[in-house]
Amino acid sequence: MKNIHRFLLIFFFIASAVPAFASDEHDQHAHHDTHKKEKFEPGNFIMDHIADAYDWHILSYKDKHVSVPLPVIVISEQSGFHMFMSSKFHHGHDAYKGFYIAQEGEFRGKVVEKIDGHEVRPFDISMTKNVVAMLISMIFLMWIFISVAKAYTRRKGQAPKGMQSLMEPLILFVRDEIAKPAIGEKKYEKYMPFLLTIFFFIWLNNLMGLVPLIPGGANVTGNITITMVLAVFTFIITTFSGNKNYWVHIFNTPGVPWWLKFPVPLMPLVELMGVFTKPFVLMVRLFANITAGHMIVLAFVSLIFIFGEISPMLGYGTSVISVLFVIFMDMLELLVALIQAYVFTLLSALYFGMATEEHH
Amino acid sequence: MGLVTPELGTFIWMFLAFAIVLFILKKFAWKPILNALKEREESIEDALRSADRAKEEMAELQADNERILQEARKEREAMLKEAKEMSSKIVNEAKQKATQEADKLVESARANIESEKSAALNEIKAQVANLSVEIAEKVLRQQFADDQQQKDYFKKLMDEVKLN
Repeated sequence: MKNIHRFLLIFFFIASAVPAFASDEHDQHAHHDTHKKEKFEPGNFIMDHIADAYDWHILSYKDKHVSVPLPVIVISEQSGFHMFMSSKFHHGHDAYKGFYIAQEGEFRGKVVEKIDGHEVRPFDISMTKNVVAMLISMIFLMWIFISVAKAYTRRKGQAPKGMQSLMEPLILFVRDEIAKPAIGEKKYEKYMPFLLTIFFFIWLNNLMGLVPLIPGGANVTGNITITMVLAVFTFIITTFSGNKNYWVHIFNTPGVPWWLKFPVPLMPLVELMGVFTKPFVLMVRLFANITAGHMIVLAFVSLIFIFGEISPMLGYGTSVISVLFVIFMDMLELLVALIQAYVFTLLSALYFGMATEEHH
Repeated sequence: MGLVTPELGTFIWMFLAFAIVLFILKKFAWKPILNALKEREESIEDALRSADRAKEEMAELQADNERILQEARKEREAMLKEAKEMSSKIVNEAKQKATQEADKLVESARANIESEKSAALNEIKAQVANLSVEIAEKVLRQQFADDQQQKDYFKKLMDEVKLN
């Protein structure tokens, strides 16, 4: 437990030190930033909070933005490899080495460069907010479970204790309620590492997404790319563990009239599409659920500003109701965080089960 | 549209990070944890099974004990019965033998007495015969000490014969 405190302390120390630099730099530029009072746009507000970013925004007060700058790594077709901190953009106001963050259009919020008068996306492997948040959660996951594993070897044959007793029922839940029924007693063991990893990864990131402060606040599991990678892993594992029976089911589905397979292979086409739609649905479900939850919360928050623009008192009045709704939504989201982790893991396990099912 | 368009850069980061974390967790976390859980479950199952077995053995032992006790009781009864029979038999036999012996003794005593009696009688008879012969000899010797008397007696005898 002491370790956790130390970890958090160090983390917040770093986190608070970095934005200090960022805001200092910003101050120098603040004066030639001709900023007129913008009208509040809930659409952009919500999108900016849900979407990935090149810096980790903490708060804005009037014209000051406090955020943690993150490394931008781009490979331009013209000028080659570049790596610099996102603070060079000054929260999207400036260009750096010809790169700037598009404020609108197709690439809104992304690093672009102008080539022949066209906005072009360079090959962008920046460590964005979601990437960093994902990496932090990965480190957190490894730290938790490797220490739990150590506890198991150290306290061999003894009752679990501390973190170990917190994680054990969850691990047993994944094993006994997800893997065993979905895949079967004989083959489930091979898939346990993957199922446990995605279960805890998704759950942890869902929860961290609900925490508004750094190191939370990034919408990792609400990012389509992240969910896509998870789904791709499920797809790869399913495809590679598919046995003869599985492929026969796809290309020569039993119990279907022959004229659905020949001369027009309708059934095989449908079945083959199913192979791809299954992980696709996994990807979309997790992304949509988490993003929708965040959107609703942000919409309630937006209400405060919308009414606040009409009259400040109205804004204060609305905030009471909005905050109540936000609390309610956050409670719901806590539940959704677990349910979505469970559903993703369960469906992955079911697909593995289908792929390894023996003929009967 | 930006929200639903996958980013290649993020994809690469996530793919690499996830693959590495999956590998590390598999090797250093999930394998040891799952193995430890399995081992513990197996040991618990073993313990339960052996407890059951011990209970069964206990019950068997108890049943055995009961049976042995029952048998011992039966045996004891049988032995007692036998002993009683034996003792009564021995007593009877002894009694019989004793009576027989007594009878025999009495018989032999009687025979002895009889033979002693007859022997005594015979001796007495012989003694009496000898005595009477001696007496008779003495008497005769006395009576026939002088001739007159011999003549008288002879005469008397003759008279008696004449009378007949």
